[in-house]
Amino acid sequence: MTYTLPSTPDSNALAAGNGFAIGGAGTPVLDVDDVTKSYPGEPPVQALRGVNLTIGQGELVGIVGPSGSGKTTLLQLMGTLDRPTSGRVRITGLDVATMADDEVAYLRATRIGFIFQQFFLAEHATVLDNVADGLLYAGIPLKQRRERALDALEMVGLAQRPHARPTQLSGGQRQRVAIARALVGQPAIVLADEPTGNLDQATGHAILALIDQLHQDGSTIVVITHDHAIAERMPRKVEILDGHIAADTGPTAGTDPRLRPLAHPPTRAPQTACGAPVIEEPS
Amino acid sequence: MTAIAARSRRRLQPSDLARLSSVGLRTRKLRAGLSALGIAIGVAAIVAVLGLSASSQAGLLNEINQLGTNLLTVSNGQSLTGGTTELPTTAPAMIGRISGVQQVQTTGAVSGANAYRNPYIPAGDTNALTVQAASLDLLPVVATSVAQGHYLNAATAQEPVAVLGAAAAQRLGIDRVYPGERIWVGGQWLYVAGILRPAVLVSAIDSSVLVGYPAAEKYLGFDGHPSTIYLRAQNNRVNAVDNLLAATANPEAPNQVNVSQPSSALVAQADAKSALNGLFLGLGAVALLVGAVGVANIMIISVLERRSEIGLRRALGATRSHIRIQFLSEAVLLGLLGGAVGVALGAASTAVYAHTKHWAAVIPTEAWAGGFAASLIIGAVAGLMPALRAARLSPTQALWAV
Repeated sequence: MTYTLPSTPDSNALAAGNGFAIGGAGTPVLDVDDVTKSYPGEPPVQALRGVNLTIGQGELVGIVGPSGSGKTTLLQLMGTLDRPTSGRVRITGLDVATMADDEVAYLRATRIGFIFQQFFLAEHATVLDNVADGLLYAGIPLKQRRERALDALEMVGLAQRPHARPTQLSGGQRQRVAIARALVGQPAIVLADEPTGNLDQATGHAILALIDQLHQDGSTIVVITHDHAIAERMPRKVEILDGHIAADTGPTAGTDPRLRPLAHPPTRAPQTACGAPVIEEPS
Repeated sequence: MTAIAARSRRRLQPSDLARLSSVGLRTRKLRAGLSALGIAIGVAAIVAVLGLSASSQAGLLNEINQLGTNLLTVSNGQSLTGGTTELPTTAPAMIGRISGVQQVQTTGAVSGANAYRNPYIPAGDTNALTVQAASLDLLPVVATSVAQGHYLNAATAQEPVAVLGAAAAQRLGIDRVYPGERIWVGGQWLYVAGILRPAVLVSAIDSSVLVGYPAAEKYLGFDGHPSTIYLRAQNNRVNAVDNLLAATANPEAPNQVNVSQPSSALVAQADAKSALNGLFLGLGAVALLVGAVGVANIMIISVLERRSEIGLRRALGATRSHIRIQFLSEAVLLGLLGGAVGVALGAASTAVYAHTKHWAAVIPTEAWAGGFAASLIIGAVAGLMPALRAARLSPTQALWAV
């Protein structure tokens, strides 16, 4: 498969938001194809033993498994933070294996959002700047980063305190800031690693409700968790055990690939924002 | 993938880089301050040493200028056979007629006469003092003045009266002039009329006991020949006068006359660097080295502590070079911070010291520019290894390692 990627360095398109467009409606956002991962050791640790997983636009997927099942490794591979020992990982059709490190970094900057259990917020910076940093490496000027950060904060219900410090916020609010940071670049896919792991139950439910809401609005989200109750709530549940997928409720029907993740409709398709390339399937 | 490839080589905006590189400094102020201190001390030492030596030089040159660079001296030289020649007694008057000469004064060494505190001092303890006959308007020409008492006048020049140079008074143990104060010179009591201030341009005056020409001839057996002629020339005629002096002073044997310009010797002396400068510059360099180690140490700790930040930034799309440049510029910033503080400290101490000495404070450009450059380079060198480490850190290790 080959792709032509005309670049669109258009500042209007930049300002309009919306990370990219996917030319082919059928292109999965994430495609994990027969992936294995082993870590060197005596004997080598086989973390993943042939995983196949395809996630389409607009899906909300819960990946559940006990510790040591390989779910974190899978998240790292899906997030392009690591490369598989064998097999292929494609993000919006782009094969990570064929890309240089810097290109993969740019892919992360523009198409993947991360939510971590420990939030990883900068305590010295304001909430707004923490969120704006989600766009820092996408090459967007500070003013626009802050404008879009404010929009993202609005989506998570924190628009009223943009100048607070993370230390002044509760755990739930901090996780909302981290979610806003993941969403601010309007990524193709958001990967959440135990997003409620550091929160009490009530706050955790509120965060899950927010994730639900974001899914309703069109975001593609993968939640990694050890908690079956959380995975049960998701439209699609993938169970991972001993490095392979033990159960998968399958792609959810009715997801509209034309749904946009954020409240910024593209001004004209297929030209896009962030200067990200338009991906077109060859005819 | 050409578009992705092109876009992946994106640089951080300078403003973003400035913000990123100051994160460590802003969040850990005390630590940053302490680690920059070593560099600050080193740079301060270097700037202060160079500044002080430049200021003292400037002060000395300024003093020399105030004393005048138009003083020329003519003294008796040596004959072919090695004996001391005499300047003709007509020489001062001849020199006075050279166009451009403003004032001419003379001293004549009184041979065979030594000065003692009293007759009981052993003859060998001459204190290296010379006894000189001096003309009456000598002081303004050699740029000194009377510290106590009076200089010789037409009356006292006839009498057994002496005026002491600054060093001469000190060596004789006379620190003030009171009536009846006298010294033993050439088997004769001379009354002390005054003590002079140091003559910077002509240090020979300092160790002299001055008496009037008539008195020297009358009491000390002086032959009346001047041995040194001091003259002031118009500033724009100094060289022209200089060229004529030898032939005018002793037309028969111009080569037996020494002509010199005392200020030029002092200027050369001011230009000579103090040997101590090298020592202090070396100490400054050692402090800089220690400062570099401090910065490197703090940066390594910072990289270890900020693993999760590094991992997060990688997850947000930072490339290895983004991480590298962030930590490298943080180290450079630390170095520059130390450099700025050091330059300020060095300049301040130079200014204070120069002020107490009434010199103009001079900070040579190479001192402060060199201080900044050194701190920048030190920051970069010290930060290189930690920055490479930070960039090498894999995002999964940084984010998930326990």
